[in-house]
Amino acid sequence: MLNFDGYAPAVLDGALLTIEVALASLVMATLLGILGALGKLSRKPLPRRLAAGYTTLIRSIPDLVLMLLIYFGGQAVVNQAAYAVGYEDYIEISPFVAGVGTIGFIFGAYLAETFRGAILAVPPGQLEAGYAYGMSAFQVFRRILFPQMMRHALPGFGNNWLVLLKTTALVSVIGLDDMVRKASLAAGATQKPFTFYLLVAGVFLAFTTLSTLLLQWAERRYSPELKRSL
Amino acid sequence: MDFLLIFENLDLYWQGALTTVKLVTLSLLLGLLLALPLAVMRRSGNPLLRLPAWSYIYVFRGTPLLIQLFVIYYGFGQLEAIKQSLLWPFFQEAYWCALLAFTLNTAAYTAEIIRGAIETTPEGELEAARAFGMSHGQIFRRILLPSAFRRALPAYSNEVIFLLHGSAVAGIITLVDITGAARIVNSRFYNPFEAFITAALFYMALTFVVIWLFKRLENRWLGHLRARS
Repeated sequence: MLNFDGYAPAVLDGALLTIEVALASLVMATLLGILGALGKLSRKPLPRRLAAGYTTLIRSIPDLVLMLLIYFGGQAVVNQAAYAVGYEDYIEISPFVAGVGTIGFIFGAYLAETFRGAILAVPPGQLEAGYAYGMSAFQVFRRILFPQMMRHALPGFGNNWLVLLKTTALVSVIGLDDMVRKASLAAGATQKPFTFYLLVAGVFLAFTTLSTLLLQWAERRYSPELKRSL
Repeated sequence: MDFLLIFENLDLYWQGALTTVKLVTLSLLLGLLLALPLAVMRRSGNPLLRLPAWSYIYVFRGTPLLIQLFVIYYGFGQLEAIKQSLLWPFFQEAYWCALLAFTLNTAAYTAEIIRGAIETTPEGELEAARAFGMSHGQIFRRILLPSAFRRALPAYSNEVIFLLHGSAVAGIITLVDITGAARIVNSRFYNPFEAFITAALFYMALTFVVIWLFKRLENRWLGHLRARS
């Protein structure tokens, strides 16, 4: 049963793509999450409403539906727009872009909540002190807020990463040649679906285990004094 | 945008919504039944009880629901033992495979929620029960469980929403749930926007119903823990 008929390298190759999708999505989600958190904490009503709308909307729709909507719907929009400006060839959105875009967009909303809490955990006096030194808003963010909020955000960030990693399995549905799709193809060729999906499950389990260990290490490393105060 | 086509196919979406609601509700109920013994086993001092529960929870929380579904729906056919068994007719149907996958998945997450709630039981409540002379079983049934279930409620409402959203993968294995309905409409008329936005609206409505329900439950069962103004 554990004979992969030579298809193991192909599946593991797909695992690399899965990691790439996950990491690229994480970068996008982190940027959107910080923007969303700053929006939520803004004193102006417009960014606050936009951020609230973004997080509420995303968190009430399944990832898969959003992914299908952005992949198929985005395709239609791009082509109609291109047609309108006189471009007549068919444009295809790559499944990689659609997948990363969707996952990043979704987890940006979840991370916005995590970062919001983390920003609130930084004592406001420190930010005021930064402004009093004549730092610009961006300098205060980069030098004072960001380094300190990240350690508060770490546990929530880690949980979101674990969920994100598992969500990447869905990109196979929009045709990306990730590990899941490679396994489907191998399963079809060898008539051994159980073997190959079990292999995929094992790789995911290895990824999540490794991530958990790294996150535990990072939490110990970056917030020793937070641990002690608990 | 042309939502006229959607109105003509609204029946398909309703049918899909019914399938989603049925699948999710059933798996939540069955999952909860499985989760309680799992949580208790996970806390047991006996490694023969603790380790199997720990591994089960670890594996099901560490792998994607989609893969769990694929292993059951596509994979089980490879195993002669299952093909020869009386259960084979069940595993041939997407509906029962989805039900099984969702149940096993939610059981693992729910067990962790219940375990967390049990571990945060205030020591004083247990001491009081012991002082009254209650036996272990009585303490468990009368004090520990009711108190833990209440504290588990907010986290459990998140799990319910996660499963509701996760159930969208049923649409991939040919089931006509909400996502399945949208996929059919999209492939028939090539109107991805209308098809998937309608599905999103259905899920949103269901999500809000779940949130509303849990708010009512929390008001009723957690009212005594609310901050007094």
